[in-house]
This record gives sequence, C-alpha cells and structure tokens, in this order.
Amino acid sequence: MADITLPKINLPEAKVTASAAGAPLIAIEQLSLYYGASKALKNISLNLGEKIVTAFIGPSGCGKSTLLRCLNRMNDLIDNVRIEGAIKIGGHEIYNKDVDVIELRKRVGMVFQKSNPFPKSIYENVAYGLRLHGVKNKATLDQAVEQSLQQSALWDEVKDRLHSSALGLSGGQQQRLCIARAIAIKPEIILMDEPASALDPIATTRIEELILNLKKDFTIVIVTHNMQQAARISDQTAFFYIGELVESGPTTRIFTNPAQKRTEDYVTGRFG
Amino acid sequence: MNTINPPQYLPETPQAGRHFRAEKFDFWSFFFSGLTGLATLFILGILAVILTNIVINGWSAISWHFVSTIPKKDFFDARTTGVLPMIVGTTIRVFVMTIFVIPVGVITAIYLTEYAPNTSFVTRVIRAAVNNLAGVPSIVFGLFGLGFFINFVGKNMDALLHNPSAVWGQPALIWAALTLAVMTLPVVIVATEESLKAIPPGLREASLALGATKLETIWRIVLPQALPGIMTGGILAVSRAAGEVAPILFTGVAYYMASLPHHVTDQFMDLGYHVFVLATQSPNIEQTRPILYATVLVLLMLTFALNIVAIIIRARMRKKLRALG
Repeated sequence: MADITLPKINLPEAKVTASAAGAPLIAIEQLSLYYGASKALKNISLNLGEKIVTAFIGPSGCGKSTLLRCLNRMNDLIDNVRIEGAIKIGGHEIYNKDVDVIELRKRVGMVFQKSNPFPKSIYENVAYGLRLHGVKNKATLDQAVEQSLQQSALWDEVKDRLHSSALGLSGGQQQRLCIARAIAIKPEIILMDEPASALDPIATTRIEELILNLKKDFTIVIVTHNMQQAARISDQTAFFYIGELVESGPTTRIFTNPAQKRTEDYVTGRFG
Repeated sequence: MNTINPPQYLPETPQAGRHFRAEKFDFWSFFFSGLTGLATLFILGILAVILTNIVINGWSAISWHFVSTIPKKDFFDARTTGVLPMIVGTTIRVFVMTIFVIPVGVITAIYLTEYAPNTSFVTRVIRAAVNNLAGVPSIVFGLFGLGFFINFVGKNMDALLHNPSAVWGQPALIWAALTLAVMTLPVVIVATEESLKAIPPGLREASLALGATKLETIWRIVLPQALPGIMTGGILAVSRAAGEVAPILFTGVAYYMASLPHHVTDQFMDLGYHVFVLATQSPNIEQTRPILYATVLVLLMLTFALNIVAIIIRARMRKKLRALG
C-alpha cells in the first residue's frame, strides 16, 4: 500500500538526531514535577530507545502516568503543575518556549486508559486527526483510514460499517479504534496509559499482539499495572516507586535479575 | 449438606425461605407514597382546571376569522375582532430574541466552562451576576430596556445617523426583543454550561492529544455534543419569554396598530399584553369575556407550538448524534 503524505511536521533535526546510531529517541534529564507544593516526580533521568516498547511499572500513585503525560505535555492542561529538568525528543527540548505543543502532539500520540472514541462514525474517528491537520482529499483520507485500521487489526471487523457509529463497537474494538486514530497521523512515538486495563483477557491479548506489531514502525511507551503484560510485550522496563525511578533496564533483566530489592519485591508480587 | 450461616451481626431469621417477605403492614411507607402521589395529583388537578376552563370558554370564540383578522380600533366587539397582529407580534419578538440570546448565552457559557479559571475572582463575580440576573423582577428589565436600549442606544443612534425624527430612539420590536434576550440570558447560559460540563473529559483529551487546539476541540467535539442541551436552554427561554408582558411594556408593545409591523423599529401588538388590555379596558365586560378567553387560548397554543418546533429540532439532533456525527 502506498504511503500517505502528511503535511510535513517541522520540528527541525528531530528524526536525524534520533536515528544516529544508539542515541536514545527520548532523553529525560533530571525531571522533577510538582503539583502545587507536592513533588510527584523526583529527579528522574531515563533514556528511551527508538522503535522498542518501554514499560513503566510501579504501584498506583508512583508517578508513572504523570511521567507519561509529560512526554506529550498533556500535563500543561492541569493548573499548578511545575516542571524542572528537561525532556529531549530527538535531541530537541520539548519544554522550550519555542516548541509548538500542537506539533509535539502530532509526533507523540496517545492512547488512554478508558477508550474514548468520538461520538462520530468509525471513519470520522480515524480521519479526525488528518482533517485537523489539513488533509481534505477524499482518496487520501480513505487510504489513510484503511491503512490505520489495517495496522490496528480492526479493518476486517469494521470495513463493512465504516460509517456507522464508533460507539457501537465493543470495548476492545473501541480501544483498537483509538489506536488507529492515534497512528493515522503517523506519530513517531505512541504513549499508552494502561490501554488494556479495562478489557477482558481476549481483548487484552489482541491489544498486546497489536503493540508487538506496532513497534516495527513506532516507539511505544506503555504504562501498565499488569506485570505479566510488561514482561510479555516490553523490551525495556522502568520501575517507579513514590515518584522515584528505582530501576530501569532490559525487561528480561528487570524481571529475572533486578539490582534493587524493591524491584524484586514488586515484580514478584510481594508488595504493590 | 453445607449451609452458609448468616454473619453473627445479622438478626436471626425466624423461618428459612421467608425472610425476604415483609411481614407487617408498613404504615410510614404507605403514608409517604400516598403523600407524594397526592401532591402530584394536586399539581395536575390545578393544571387541568386552568386548561379546561380556558378551552371550554375560549374554544367557541376561535374561528379562522378570529386568528386571521387585523381588528379595527374597537377590538372589544366579539363579532368583528381578530388577533392576527398579536400572533405575528408575539412570534416575531420571540424569534428575534432567540437570534440574540442563543449566541451570546452560548459564548458566555463556553467562556465560563472552557476558558475562565474556575476559582478566580472574576469568574465568581460573573457567575454571581448571572444568578442574580435570573432573580431580577421582569418589570425591572422593562425599565432597563427603556433606559438603556431606547434612551441611550436608540437616541444615540438617531443622533449619529442624523435622523430628523426618532427612528431608533422610541419603543420598537427590536428593543423589546433585546430586553427579553437580556432577561432570558441566564436560562441559556446555565443550560449550556450544564451540557458542556456533561461531556466526558476523555473526549477533550483525545482531541487535544491528536494535536487539536482548544478552539478546534470545542468546535469539532464539544459543541456538536452540547447542541441538544443548548436547544433545551433555547426552549426554556422561549417558554419564559412568550408569555412575558412586563419587559415589553415600555420597550415596544402597542395598544393598537392598524397594520402589521414591517420593520424592527416598528411597534407591535402582543398576545399577552392584549389579554391585559381586554381584561382591564373593556367598556362591556360580558361582551368581551369570550374573546378574552379565546385570546388566552391562542397565546397558550402559540407557546405550545413554539415549544413543539424546538423539541422536534432537538429530537432530530439527538437522533443524528446517536446515529453518526
């Protein structure tokens, strides 16, 4: 299938730096985040590689979702949030004043915990981001919608009812639609905030298979409460505890041979 | 056999299998369900009495002639009178009001829910002002309309346009409609705010995360969802405004006009005001009574019809929203 040409996103030098051998795509440097006076993230430094799946794990309230939402600046929407430190994506500091948040969010897509399709047709859900960014050509839209639905393994189930309401889909289908919607605008990075936590085991499996497929084309950061899920799908794991990054590294090592006692206790289910 | 014993803190059930059935007649439960039912019946009863009284006494005086005739100056005579100019006047003033109140109310509500910082002093002042506006007696709105719209805005417009005689600086359809719009503004604002707040935050987040601006999110996601709620606000505003007389008393209504209004600067006749005139100014009460009833009936039917139109539009919108988007 032919590739879709999107309006070019001009965050300069981004992709070039990122693909330079071995350089991490996302570099979080000494990041601290405050909600008013309380410190939710404490001095976190972490590098995330390109085209792999990184899992953020940790007990509730450890700051993993907060950190995820820093990566596309969704925290900007909350009052009283203050951030210290730096996050560089492709070598570019995303909290710089000259960064256009809209451009950033085109490059860093997001899938939420609760599936949130728009009350529009399946087609319009996927086309929404493209229309926002100025794609009007019907053929281009058709192609992009089909390709995105193929990529999110939903095409076969919905191809005969593209123009019926997205709200008629099952929970798992809705979540895959949200993934299709996110990848339709061809981001480099997809953030997933517990994308399968509200789904049954079969739907969860499908989402996990999908994530493994998507990492060929996208860099994925996923927050999960499900330890087995992190072990199954991620290449890299970071363990957080009360706002601190306790340990990070290759998933196999984190789960089989953690360096920290707290990590071991958590991944073996002794607390959390 | 395994039996599951109830926890110790529950009182023991006397007989197995019977413990879900109420054993005694529960007086208080009976009393309160009866009381709430009676209260409902009372309200319905009052409504029924009013409506039947009006329909029985007014129906016989309604004819095609009655609703399609522009009356002569002596409109107390049941044989020759008609209410066409009043129907037209009331309808137009309500429509013109809607054109002003919906956009202003909706934009205000969008500012309050989407943009204004929730806890700031200014926001609280605006909210308090909106609530107080809803509590102002309607006659005060009438005086406000006279003082502000006619004597200030209208007179100044005449001065600017060098009109030799008063065109804008006198009671007119437009000023009456604007006064009603100010009066019904809180209704539209509150209804719109409620419908905006009811939209799941997840939808806004999803749109923003796709790189939409706040304005794009409001325009493409939030407003289409809120439309039926906004319509509800419009319906309430129309219902309230259609029967109001006090706000138009000094701002545009006429005792008698020989022709229909042609321009927004014309005065107009109005059903509600005409009811007042028929009830208080008639030289022969007995002769006027049937047309008084008939005029009230026409006013009720007109309000009802305006509501029905709005409700049908809203139902269509809901259906469309549910089916597609």
